[in-house]
Amino acid sequence: MTEEEIIRPENLVYKKPTLMNDRPMHYCPGCSHGVVHKLVAEVIEEMGMEEKTVGICPVGCAVFAYNYLDIDWIEAAHGRAPAVATAIKRLWNDRLVFTYQGDGDLACIGTAETIHALNRGENIAVIFINNAIYGMTGGQMAPTTLMGMKTATCPYGRQADLHGYPLKITEIAATLQGTCYVSRQSVHNVAAIRKAKKAIRKAFENSMSGKGSSLVEIVSTCNAGWKMSPEKANKWMEENMFPFYPLGDLKDIQP
Amino acid sequence: MAKIKGAIIIDQERCKGCNLCVVACPLNLLALADREVNKKGYRFAKQIVKDVCNGCSSCAIVCPDGCITVYKKKID
Repeated sequence: MTEEEIIRPENLVYKKPTLMNDRPMHYCPGCSHGVVHKLVAEVIEEMGMEEKTVGICPVGCAVFAYNYLDIDWIEAAHGRAPAVATAIKRLWNDRLVFTYQGDGDLACIGTAETIHALNRGENIAVIFINNAIYGMTGGQMAPTTLMGMKTATCPYGRQADLHGYPLKITEIAATLQGTCYVSRQSVHNVAAIRKAKKAIRKAFENSMSGKGSSLVEIVSTCNAGWKMSPEKANKWMEENMFPFYPLGDLKDIQP
Repeated sequence: MAKIKGAIIIDQERCKGCNLCVVACPLNLLALADREVNKKGYRFAKQIVKDVCNGCSSCAIVCPDGCITVYKKKID
């Protein structure tokens, strides 16, 4: 059998989601953002919510997410995405409203907005990309940077007496009464990507059925910021990030 | 016994040469181009071994830029 006989529309098993357009993404080669964008697009397509989804962009690398997925987007001020999402969801209850934020946006400047939106139990889904660094501005230390990890602003490694301790925002969210689903996932291999997709799907479904807020943290790589190859960054993440940020569901309230 | 054959198409102009698909392929059928680059200057991914692919889609799932399309057919 030749390749031409296999490459036919009826044999198609995987392609770029149709919601993702052909514009080249500005992310660095190997960036986890691309995979998470694909997952979000696939989940929205599977739920049939293409016309009824509103995403809130953060400030950070994902600031241009509105260029790549053909759904409605709003660009929020730095860290204020959950506040904007609250307004949209309250005024437009039949819409699927989610925020897509990085660790600098969600866990630093937007900690107050995030924690209060989750604590109020707003029916929104929060996707939190945690790569332990400020990727867009050149790899500075973030609240989620690991102890001893070298960044542009802590070149000798993060030290507790000088920089304090890393913030586990997902664990904090799991203790809040307003959250219904809190999970930590990763996208470093095929199995992890499948699990992350299920988690995003669950968060979006909870948001539509009005059970409360959901938070899905995706432990990600920033190979350019970490100054590694994408392959090595994945390995480094498995060895160093996962012991501190263990994967799995932290909270799941069944109806 | 039924056999499954697969084929992939790589959008080489969109590819950024991150190498993640090469690592993800369980049959090691992919590699980055040796002495070629695309318009953006990246060494794009290429299928180096033909006719062995089983269409598992691992390469396409891990591709951050969605460059890979996978086809699969069952042969009796």
